[in-house]
Amino acid sequence: MSDELDALKAALRTAPVPDPAAKAAALRLAMDNFDRLQASTDALRPKEDHPARVGFLQRTKAMLMAVKTKPVLAATTSVAALLVGFVVILPLVGHGPLPQAQKPVVSEAPEALIATPEAAKPLAPAADKAVTLQDTAPALKAAPAARATLGEEAPAGIVADMPAPMPEPMVQPVPNTEAFANADANPVKVTAEAPVSTFSIDVDTASYAVVRSSLNAGSLPDPAAVRIEEMVNYFPYAYPAPPQGQAFRPTITVMPTPWNPNTRLVNIAIQGALPDVATRPPLNLVFLVDTSGSMEDANKLPLLKQSLALLLAQLRPEDQVALVAYAGAAGEVLPPTSAAEHAKILAALDQLAAGGSTAGAQGLELAYQVAGSMAASGEVSRVLLATDGDFNVGIDDPQALKDFIAKKRDSGVYLSVLGFGRGNLDDATMQALAQNGNGTASYIDTLNEARKVLFDQLTGALYPIADNVKIQVEWNPAQVAEYRLIGYETRALQREDFNNDKVDAGDIGAGTQVTALYEVTAPGSPALRNDPLRYGSAPAVQGSAELGYLRLRSVAPGAADSSLQETPIVPGMPVTNDTRFAAAIAGFGQLLTGGKYLGDWGWDQAIDLALASRGSDAFGYRIEAVNLMRMAKALAAQ
Amino acid sequence: MACVKPIVMLMDTPDETLATAAAGGDRSAFALLVERHYDRIYGLAYRLTGQRAEAQDLAQDICAGLPVKLRHWRGEARFTTWLYRVVVNAAHDLRRRQAVRAKAGIGWGDWEIARQDEIAAQVEAQDWLAQAMSRLPIELRDTVALVLGEEMTQAEAAVVLGLSEGTIAWRMSEVKKRLRAMAAEDAR
Repeated sequence: MSDELDALKAALRTAPVPDPAAKAAALRLAMDNFDRLQASTDALRPKEDHPARVGFLQRTKAMLMAVKTKPVLAATTSVAALLVGFVVILPLVGHGPLPQAQKPVVSEAPEALIATPEAAKPLAPAADKAVTLQDTAPALKAAPAARATLGEEAPAGIVADMPAPMPEPMVQPVPNTEAFANADANPVKVTAEAPVSTFSIDVDTASYAVVRSSLNAGSLPDPAAVRIEEMVNYFPYAYPAPPQGQAFRPTITVMPTPWNPNTRLVNIAIQGALPDVATRPPLNLVFLVDTSGSMEDANKLPLLKQSLALLLAQLRPEDQVALVAYAGAAGEVLPPTSAAEHAKILAALDQLAAGGSTAGAQGLELAYQVAGSMAASGEVSRVLLATDGDFNVGIDDPQALKDFIAKKRDSGVYLSVLGFGRGNLDDATMQALAQNGNGTASYIDTLNEARKVLFDQLTGALYPIADNVKIQVEWNPAQVAEYRLIGYETRALQREDFNNDKVDAGDIGAGTQVTALYEVTAPGSPALRNDPLRYGSAPAVQGSAELGYLRLRSVAPGAADSSLQETPIVPGMPVTNDTRFAAAIAGFGQLLTGGKYLGDWGWDQAIDLALASRGSDAFGYRIEAVNLMRMAKALAAQ
Repeated sequence: MACVKPIVMLMDTPDETLATAAAGGDRSAFALLVERHYDRIYGLAYRLTGQRAEAQDLAQDICAGLPVKLRHWRGEARFTTWLYRVVVNAAHDLRRRQAVRAKAGIGWGDWEIARQDEIAAQVEAQDWLAQAMSRLPIELRDTVALVLGEEMTQAEAAVVLGLSEGTIAWRMSEVKKRLRAMAAEDAR
């Protein structure tokens, strides 16, 4: 070894002695965190005297009991946030295709809340549900005294006191830390009381793919993972195209409700224009790829590489691609490169390897920075975030991240999220990111799905034609006594938000379709669920044959103000296979979430309706759905 | 508590056994493990950052995150190798955050200028080691910290950094070249 190296080595070897106080503090912190982690895990680890699948309520109770006994928990500032984590994740416990489903199941893996209180902090939709439980947080804070009385539930305390618990490593289940965004099903509304229904469109399709991956893995999906509008919108429909110069066109079809002879379904279909693809503006794409350790599985990083390679084939020389990886050692893997240089881009993709922890926030900042440097006027810039949603490092403050994305959204850079793999899919965060970033969230479980999202429907996925699309329907009480919006629970807007351009909503991509379904009940119908009021409730004005009035508000990409499109809702459009199939899928989604409003209508009817209305189905998406229904029927019968 | 299998933790229990037990919820194993390795974590953190305060903070962050990190412990590598990787990754994250902050800091007015000056002064006050280290590019610095500082073989360092052994060998020869150039420059 040379003198220079020796000198450097000698200098390096004489590292300063650590400060004893700092060491003690660090060790204490480590132990505190260890206890906290164990506290949340112990409470969820099934006991031997329980069957592997205990009831939902029982488990909830056990968990809350355990939480009460943990002084550590109360001592942290994040009690409320942790509870939010519970709320989002709880419905999942005991469901879902756990990664170990294929292995002999030794014990369930209800460790949902151990690792991701961060990730599950209230990002957008999840926050709605969280509010109710936050109130209980102060009560928990007061509870540390209870600890001593509950010996069995207490955490492994001081080292000397207690034999250390040592679950066999082989039995240790892989923690399932998935979190889904959902809200309770929309209730039936009485037109006389609330005639106006307002929501944002939802062009995501992630929920359908998650449902499919669960069913294919042999278990019914968690109801919280089912968002009916995303299932309906997964399928391509041949709705009438908008006239030249218009961004989109609504088509309203009124049809009998398959599951209730006394109500009608109103299908509001919006078809986005397909601008001339040949003259599309150049695209600037930044692939932001999660290379954290959790991405190692075959259905994550390797599938992601194949998917992005598929996408490349669709790009043109004037398009630019950059690659940013985020994980332990992150950074710009590939500077902005012309899409013509396939070999270079593929080589960079190939180099990505999983390892390290996830720091999504820094990765996002860097990706936006790169996207900003690529943008020229008239070009479309988009960050494509590919992740399994494991955002558990780096987001110190989810609200700040949300704000950050919302701010970038105003700068014109779009964000789309591609979800991969199961096990710690953080659907809630993905949804929140895509919703705030003016993008779509898709879940990619197979290469086929990658082809659908990134090859067949690339134009729609990457070119917005209308931003901030909001739908408002005013129902006519003379024709509609009650109505119910099917799905869109996480997209509800306040009535006054409709005219407020500051309130963000979904965007429509080129050539895509969005469908919304209402189930409406006429006055005097035997299907009415609410009795008329004895007092008040003004008699409906007779005369108009309109069921209601549809208002659509949208912002042209790059424009400042929204424009309004209005159409009366009248019966008369012919019922097509497309509308019938959409109804079948809506029924499918409702069956997966309990089917409260379906009466006797069940799996067989849903399958028959979908089969009968599948049309030409060139890609086989619809027949796949039928087979998923058959699978769900079999699983539900178990 | 289900599946309680008390094992006796001795001072000479291998790291890997302790780590597996700790990952499974064994508190005493975890305590022993962090106690045993704190100095190592701090040492590498210092060699990577070159600043005591920063190394101290980094070591604390790593200790705090270790319980969760251990969930990913699969026993596939030696524990120290795994731990070194954790430290190196944490140091990278820290640098990235600092880079973002430094960029955001430009134009923040007097307070920020004063702070930047202070940092510059600190750097100047450091000895030859800091001089030499700070003149090496970051990836060379990491390699040096592991190979010279932690006395790892090039193969071990390659595993920690997720690189090939050849890359490490090349980097070390590069380090030698640069140190020589620095020495020549200083002599002038």
